[in-house]
Amino acid sequence: MSEKYRETVKIIEQKQIGTGIFSLWLQTDQIAAAAKPGQFISVYSQDKSRMLPRPISICEAEGKSGRLRIVYRVAGAGTEEFSGYQAGDTLDILGPLGNGFPLERMDEGKKAFLIGGGIGIPPMVQLSKELSGELTAVVGYRDELFLTEELGKNCRVCVATEDGSAGTKGNVLDCIRENDLHADVIYACGPTPMLRALKAYAQEQGIECWLSLEEKMACGIGACLACVCKSKEVDDHSKVHNKRVCKEGPVFLSTEVEL
Amino acid sequence: MNIDMSVKIAGVELKNPVMTASGTFGSGMEYSEFVDLNRLGAVVTKGVANVPWPGNPTPRIAETCGGMMNAIGLQNPGIDTFAARDLPFLQKYDTRIIVNVCGKSTEDYCEVVERLGEEKVDLLEINISCPNVKEGGIAFGQNPKAVEAITSEIKKRARQPVIMKLSPNVTDITETARAAEAGGADALSLINTLTGMKIDVNRRTFALANKTGGVSGPAIKPIAVRMVYQTAQAVKLPIIGMGGIASWEDAMEFILAGATGVSVGTANFHNPMTTIQVIQGMEEYMRKNHISDIKELIGSVR
Repeated sequence: MSEKYRETVKIIEQKQIGTGIFSLWLQTDQIAAAAKPGQFISVYSQDKSRMLPRPISICEAEGKSGRLRIVYRVAGAGTEEFSGYQAGDTLDILGPLGNGFPLERMDEGKKAFLIGGGIGIPPMVQLSKELSGELTAVVGYRDELFLTEELGKNCRVCVATEDGSAGTKGNVLDCIRENDLHADVIYACGPTPMLRALKAYAQEQGIECWLSLEEKMACGIGACLACVCKSKEVDDHSKVHNKRVCKEGPVFLSTEVEL
Repeated sequence: MNIDMSVKIAGVELKNPVMTASGTFGSGMEYSEFVDLNRLGAVVTKGVANVPWPGNPTPRIAETCGGMMNAIGLQNPGIDTFAARDLPFLQKYDTRIIVNVCGKSTEDYCEVVERLGEEKVDLLEINISCPNVKEGGIAFGQNPKAVEAITSEIKKRARQPVIMKLSPNVTDITETARAAEAGGADALSLINTLTGMKIDVNRRTFALANKTGGVSGPAIKPIAVRMVYQTAQAVKLPIIGMGGIASWEDAMEFILAGATGVSVGTANFHNPMTTIQVIQGMEEYMRKNHISDIKELIGSVR
């Protein structure tokens, strides 16, 4: 079981990087050093009427400096509140949480797709820094692009936009087909319809596919059973067909889960 | 000054009145990373049934103003796994173990209660907010006759003292409280969650897959304190009070209203250290007010 820390962290920088999309760099004590790609943090509101933490994926984690980056979309009252914070403000967070992406499934001789859809793209950045082998980031947007520069440092980047303003017109699978891309392993994060399509694609191609799921959370640490997903087999912890997205996940093998 | 925080519930001594609310703390394993379980008066476990229950489809939770709503659906791994894996974990700690029991029929409850009789467990808390499938799904705890009947059946078989956990979704809490007392309950715990609903106006859908859910957290505290007070006036049994406790002041309200024990639930999600801070705060309050025994404060509101 990896170490988890509750910290009050200082905001180094907050920047808007897209419509409703914000990038927050935090100065952590131990969380950044402990973080693995695909893990997330719980971010607590300072408003007493909002009791539940917001789970947000880790975009970048610098072990040596302790700097941690999250990139999030303003989706409700909590994230709206976070978007108003500035450098010098403090924030309460808990992490790193979840299991993270399995890096050991890749080696120098293999090819991987790092597939992100919209606000599912941020966790691919840290993954691209730590994964070995030949990496292709396939990223899908509605219209505006973000984080392509960061991904470009360690991957070939192939873009799809729904409106066709950049790259392939369509979604990530359209992009894969249009560019005749192939890989041995898929790591993906994004909207459920995208994950469903990738699960089917991976099955067709006979390749291994790791999906990062999301679900409404309360405790974030595996105690309350709010955030379950359906598993193909009976889960050893729950003894039913449910796995905890915050604890057994958020990353699951596509063949392990029903979407 | 020596501060005595110990309390006795149905003959069982707890080092302090502070416990965890069932469903919010699992069986302690996950929170043990943040909280020293040895410091708690008791750990009240998630509800256990005779067989594994899968619970409800997601979304199972939604945030509400000053709290949340849940329809977890009592997912649990069943008594076999609980007894083999979760109990031994808790037994390593110097804290009382209160096992919460749920069921779909009186027979189900009795099966679990009998099984637990063979285990090293201090008290049983019976969750009667479960729907009784034999009565068309109406909760056991909803009518006084049903409360008295299930209490009495369980008391025939229980080795450990029995706490009946009352539902607040009733017209008169004192009726169900008196029914549980008449049925032979050794103690009462209240309140369980209040039934609520949330609608997402943008998607025009229910926030929860189950449509309704139980509301908990600071927003429900005034209702909980009122019900604990009314119950303390109506019965002679010790009461474990809960409903929105997030600070030592909140806990003190329940004690002054008549509770012997207090449970912290939803607040754990916001701050895993809440139970410890409540214990420390209550001790400080007693020191400041020169009260050496917490039992002097129980029900002392005027």
